[in-house]
Amino acid sequence: MKIAVLVKQVPGSESSLPINFDQNWIDEEQVSFVMNPPDNYAIEEALLIKEKLGSGEVVIISKGPNRVQKIIREGLAKGADRGIHLFEEGHNTDPLASAKSFSKIMKSENFDLILSGLQSDDLGLSQTGVLIGEMLGYSTATLVVETMIKGNSLKVKRELESGWFQWVSFPFPASISIQSGLNSPRYPSLKGIMGAKRKEIRIISENEHSDSSKQQYIEKISLPTANKKTEIIEGDSEETIDRIINILKSEIKVL
Amino acid sequence: MDIFVILEDNHGSVHKMSIEAIVAAQSLNGSISAIVIGENHKDLASEVSSFNLKEILTVNNSLVESYSADGYTEVLHHIINQKKPDLIICGHTYQTRDYIPRLSARNDIPFIPDVIEIKDNLYIKQVLNSKLNASCSSDSGTLIISVQSAAFNGEDIEEGTPLINPFEIQINSEKVRSTSETPFIEDAGDIDLESADILVSIGRGIEKKENLQIGFDLAKTLGAEVSASRPVVDAGWLESYRQVGSSGASVSPKLYLALGISGAIQHVVGMKGSKFILAINKDPDSPLFEISDYAIIGDVLEIVPKLNQALQDL
Ligand SMILES: Cc1cc2nc3c(=O)[nH]c(=O)nc-3n(C[C@H](O)[C@H](O)[C@H](O)COP(=O)(O)OP(=O)(O)OC[C@H]3O[C@@H](n4cnc5c(N)ncnc54)[C@H](O)[C@@H]3O)c2cc1C
Ligand SMILES: Nc1ncnc2c1ncn2[C@@H]1O[C@H](COP(=O)(O)O)[C@@H](O)[C@H]1O
Repeated sequence: MKIAVLVKQVPGSESSLPINFDQNWIDEEQVSFVMNPPDNYAIEEALLIKEKLGSGEVVIISKGPNRVQKIIREGLAKGADRGIHLFEEGHNTDPLASAKSFSKIMKSENFDLILSGLQSDDLGLSQTGVLIGEMLGYSTATLVVETMIKGNSLKVKRELESGWFQWVSFPFPASISIQSGLNSPRYPSLKGIMGAKRKEIRIISENEHSDSSKQQYIEKISLPTANKKTEIIEGDSEETIDRIINILKSEIKVL
Repeated sequence: MDIFVILEDNHGSVHKMSIEAIVAAQSLNGSISAIVIGENHKDLASEVSSFNLKEILTVNNSLVESYSADGYTEVLHHIINQKKPDLIICGHTYQTRDYIPRLSARNDIPFIPDVIEIKDNLYIKQVLNSKLNASCSSDSGTLIISVQSAAFNGEDIEEGTPLINPFEIQINSEKVRSTSETPFIEDAGDIDLESADILVSIGRGIEKKENLQIGFDLAKTLGAEVSASRPVVDAGWLESYRQVGSSGASVSPKLYLALGISGAIQHVVGMKGSKFILAINKDPDSPLFEISDYAIIGDVLEIVPKLNQALQDL
């Protein structure tokens, strides 16, 4: 089984997010990046599938500037076999154009299975893996919380709304998006980290993959406006505690 | 402008977010067609038959009696090719996440998801975990958007008398590759978050499993139930039936006390109906503060034990 895992590098949940000068994205110089959390679960699922089958290949793929090689290495250190880096300056706001880039490069690899995260924490487009699946003519499924391989077909448990689930089966090749929490992602071992340095990362230049058919843009980034009156209370002093107790007692009346 | 709204079958009736999608369409200047697909098409069509729509297109075909990404993509691909709408609107539900990207790729039409506002041909969506807003645009002739839960108010629906027209379609059975089993609910657990008066809700800000105790201690003192955000459940620190949000419980207690929860939309949809929201977070820009009545900027690991002690000393 030849498995691709798409991993995206996104601002960490605790990073500062200053709006850039042109007001059309954040100033990435001041941002600390991490692997998109569900993508980490997707890597683990790929490694588990390979281990269960006893053979196969796991390829980590990421698109972005040079900094994304860090998360490709992270995947290699955990046990993936090789990496592909689609080099791109800045970042793409058009998911269709982005998926066309991926498809162009991934087509000749003939992956049996493509795993992606269900949604990126930065753009939150919730579609990239499915777009690629359709472009390559693969079966697709989203919000997957369990996978089972049965011969030539894949059976997945999908999360539906409000605590509902559903099992869906379809033939390979397939592209599925992974919901967080379906496994416990491993940490790389020291040996894994050393070994990763020798594993191949193929770098693909922008003009080899990029697609010029852009149709979707971000015009402006702005701060949300609050529409509720909020009392702000600061610090962990005795005063704060007194104020909270007062609120519970006389304003919300739950004491 | 021709606008198509795709209605979703939610266990036999029209999904609440589909009604909100119609309201979004009605806020624009255009003629609106609603599409209903599947075995319940008659019931769904009659549910929206008093709304201000030009027509309701009903699709009934043995291959799309129930939902599949393959089947829905195929049906909508044909409808769009034939009718050429300018804008397609649906709710940002788990089902549309599953097949709309397929349609987008199949017809080469951009898809802007999870829109909270439409203004001057700009589609505003939240980015970076709800911390910033992005105004998106597209120069494509046709566009698909999905709207966020409660971004448009279902009660604003305008009344009217639409025509109901069946849309005939032949589908090649080979196009539907998947088979779906009946949806089910997992063991609900033995606590009832929905009826709790007070919830002490624990987020990733609790930092590690050992620290959960301070949340439970506070809950005990307040007579509250303990709930959680998804990462706390994903990490295996708490049972999944304690999760609040779009994939967990929807709660509306008198007091929702959020400990180290950032306020991502998927969490917020499950708790914004709470009467009072009191959030403790060390990040003054936490999006949850925007919908909180009381925003306490500070460290939960310090404040919560002190608060608990002070409450016990009362
Ligand atoms: C389809 C889908 C469905 C989802 N369903 C759900 C769902 O049902 N429920 C849900 O909750 N999420 C859901 N999510 C995930 C959601 O997007 C967020 O990732 C999640 O809600 C974040 O949880 P959090 O706020 O606990 O963690 P984070 O976003 O990591 O926030 C932690 C917060 O704690 C603060 N903090 C850290 N340390 C401290 C401290 N010592 N004191 C005080 N504050 C501190 C930080 O400033 C931060 O604001 C879903 C996502 C998707 C894509
Ligand atoms: N630039 C990228 N590089 C690698 N993977 C990506 C990239 N963009 C999106 N993905 C994958 O697609 C998933 C969904 O992203 P999105 O469609 O942006 O919400 C992510 O979790 C990744 O698995």
